Amino acid sequence: MTVVDDRPEAEAPAPRRRPNRLLALLRNSWRQLTSMRTALILLFLLAIAAIPGSVLPQRGISPEKVNQYFVDHPDWAPRLDRIGAFQVFGSVWFSAIYLLLFTSLIGCITPRLRDHVRALRSRPPVAPKQLARLPQHAVLQAPAGGAAAVAEVLRKRRWRVEVRGDEVSAEKGYLKETGNLLFHTSLIAVLIGVALGSWYGWSGNRLLVAGADNAFCNTRQQYAEAKLGPRVDSGDLPRFCLRLDDFQARFLPSGQPEFFNARVTVDGPDEPTRSADFSVNSPLRLADASVYLLGHGYAPVIRYTDRFGNSQVSDEPFLTTGDMGLTSEGLAAFPDANVDPATGKRTPGEQMAFTGIYLPTAPQQAPFVRSEYPTERNPALNLVAYRGNLGLDAGIPGSVYQLDQRQVRNGKVKEIGSKLLRKGEKWTLDDGTTVEFLGTERYVTLSVRHDPGSTPLLVSCGALLVGLMGSLFGRRRRVFFRVAPADPANGSPTGGSSLMEAGGLPRTDYPGFADEFAQLVTAVSGADGAAERAGTDADSSDRAGVREGTE
Amino acid sequence: MSALSDNLVTFAILTYLIAMISHAVEFALGNARTRVAVASPARELVGAGVGGAGGVLPEPPAPVPPTADGAARRARIAGLVAVAATALAAVLHLAALVTRGLAADRMPWGNMYEFVLTVTFIGVAAWLVVLWKRPSLRKLGLFLTLVMVLLVATAELVLYVPIVPLVPALNSYWFVIHVSTIVFASGIFLLGAVPAVGFLMRNGYEQGKRSFPYTLAKRLPSAVSLERLTFTLHAFAFPIFTFAVIAGAIWAEAAWGRPWGWDPKETWAFISWVVYAGYLHARATPSVKRNVATWIAVLGFLTMLMNLFGVNIFFTGLHSYGGLN
Repeated sequence: MTVVDDRPEAEAPAPRRRPNRLLALLRNSWRQLTSMRTALILLFLLAIAAIPGSVLPQRGISPEKVNQYFVDHPDWAPRLDRIGAFQVFGSVWFSAIYLLLFTSLIGCITPRLRDHVRALRSRPPVAPKQLARLPQHAVLQAPAGGAAAVAEVLRKRRWRVEVRGDEVSAEKGYLKETGNLLFHTSLIAVLIGVALGSWYGWSGNRLLVAGADNAFCNTRQQYAEAKLGPRVDSGDLPRFCLRLDDFQARFLPSGQPEFFNARVTVDGPDEPTRSADFSVNSPLRLADASVYLLGHGYAPVIRYTDRFGNSQVSDEPFLTTGDMGLTSEGLAAFPDANVDPATGKRTPGEQMAFTGIYLPTAPQQAPFVRSEYPTERNPALNLVAYRGNLGLDAGIPGSVYQLDQRQVRNGKVKEIGSKLLRKGEKWTLDDGTTVEFLGTERYVTLSVRHDPGSTPLLVSCGALLVGLMGSLFGRRRRVFFRVAPADPANGSPTGGSSLMEAGGLPRTDYPGFADEFAQLVTAVSGADGAAERAGTDADSSDRAGVREGTE
Repeated sequence: MSALSDNLVTFAILTYLIAMISHAVEFALGNARTRVAVASPARELVGAGVGGAGGVLPEPPAPVPPTADGAARRARIAGLVAVAATALAAVLHLAALVTRGLAADRMPWGNMYEFVLTVTFIGVAAWLVVLWKRPSLRKLGLFLTLVMVLLVATAELVLYVPIVPLVPALNSYWFVIHVSTIVFASGIFLLGAVPAVGFLMRNGYEQGKRSFPYTLAKRLPSAVSLERLTFTLHAFAFPIFTFAVIAGAIWAEAAWGRPWGWDPKETWAFISWVVYAGYLHARATPSVKRNVATWIAVLGFLTMLMNLFGVNIFFTGLHSYGGLN
């Protein structure tokens, strides 16, 4: 309704003095909005408005690509961003189009719903006087039972029949309008389902490394990124914990993945403790959440022993770079390294970090930058050691997967060498400290989601489909039969027995109506050849069109 | 088995080519006939509108002046040869798909090559069904076989990839449900686009336009019958397409955690759905001219093509199974 109010506002000055003109304008705007022409235009606008959503990167789908776009097109990107081009499907203009369309839809179907209910409750109309003027017309010999017998035949064929004296009116095909209304109502229900999902749904993504120490519990802080609907509070998240026990992957010789399976232990107040398997295409269904397996990779286990002999272990996941061989990059940071155990004093310049490339299957010779196969056939870790102030205490949020390059640029962190390590190998650095590549753990990328709108969505989609089929394949039509008194003067071939006139009116585009009408007339007259078709036969020209023109 | 499939595709293309040439011969010989018929120009117009009111004969024996009789018979033979060749090509096409599926030990819909091959097969199979029910539409076959030759040859020459098993993401029974229905609907939409374009040309021709694209329609079936066929095919395909998109959403919920995420392929499926819905609405609205509605159907098919070729080639998304990277 707000939508309608928008229109007069634009042309406001004049109507204020004459309120009836305002009303007229409102009424006309409403009519305009609910007209099919407007609906068609809005449909096309909707289609066109969706195109930028596929051409430009979208924040909701790939925020990193949006950032890249800003880097690549520094002049265009902010302008595009201002008009919501990176969030097309949540933008004002996209929403405006579909809300107008749905308003138009509601405005269109509400009166039709009323009319249809009325039509369903009313009786088929009185037969027109001139049946010969209907698109279908026939004269046949009246059956012995007269109008009642005709009505019986029609009822058996599931027509809605009304007998008025010698006249029979029948109608069929209400399913078309019923289906049509169901289809359009379902569309509204679909929209509501989507809205429910976005208001009351939530989701979170994170990596989960195998092992008991890395288990996570379903709280907002535990996710790398979490999206909570406007009606969801952090406290509303169901309480459960997940631990990755095992991850299996099989690959073809080409490196193409063939099979994944993740085994987790589910635990927590809202879930019974159990072991569960899930995979791509078969998510783990919990009571109020589903857990989806989105990806996997390796977390190298790296042990650093500092000058004081203290060891620390890092098993941060290394992120895959997107190639077939699962070449992964990551960071092992040891901010608490080289803290004198006697004094407990921190020397910020003595923090350690190792960036690395992990190759599950390293090539036989250098360069060791690209893995050849996704499983660990020849694992190798190419480490670069850094020493200095990692900048973690500055309070500036940074990635846990990348070294803060600002600290490298301003000289606070210095590179001190690089080395390729095999599993179990140890590397002694210039200051006598050691770093050891102990092995790897598997990790999985998880998406944990809850969408309360999905069930309403599914139901309304089912209704939509049923309605659509009724709407497309249903055909509303009427037939009328009238027993005419015998008219010997006309020289009837049936010789004095009463004749019957029949007329048919397809109320929707229906090319097969002539055939159906002919069959009906045959059935009613009870004998072949009794029907004698006459009158303007709308369908025969159709079928002639289908057949080749006789040149 | 894989090599056999590849050979069968080549043979199918050649047979489509033969069918196309035969249809072209039919057209050419038909032109010879109309040159004679020009003497009585009124007949053509009347014939298209009213002729054949009695019964459904496959080929009404048209009263043709004796001089053109031989050409007419030859045209008819060429037309029948074309239909036979199309049917043979369809058999080869099907055999290529079956052998490909057997060689891969899965449904042959794993990449763009197989997808296009299956869509075109559905298109030609549906065309044979149409032809069986409405033999009089035969001359539309020229355009259909042209489309077949173009698409199948594109598949063979550009999109071809060797057989590989499905990635785990596709290894689901939803693969069969979603992809088969998408393929089926796409095949019918593909076939539907042929009479749509035919109608636009024929309609212009019937309105007296005699410039280039319209003159091609001289030998086409009447505009009314083409328009009717266009609508029937689209009305048939649209619910299947709707179901396929819904099935895709159900699958996406299981695989990616959300029923709809505006992935480029999803976005374009949405655009196609909206455009085709627009066509059905426009067709049902008396105030919208039939040729405007039909243009919308053609536009819908262009969005389908965009979704198949454009999205697979230019955009990256979750539906990147084309095998072209």
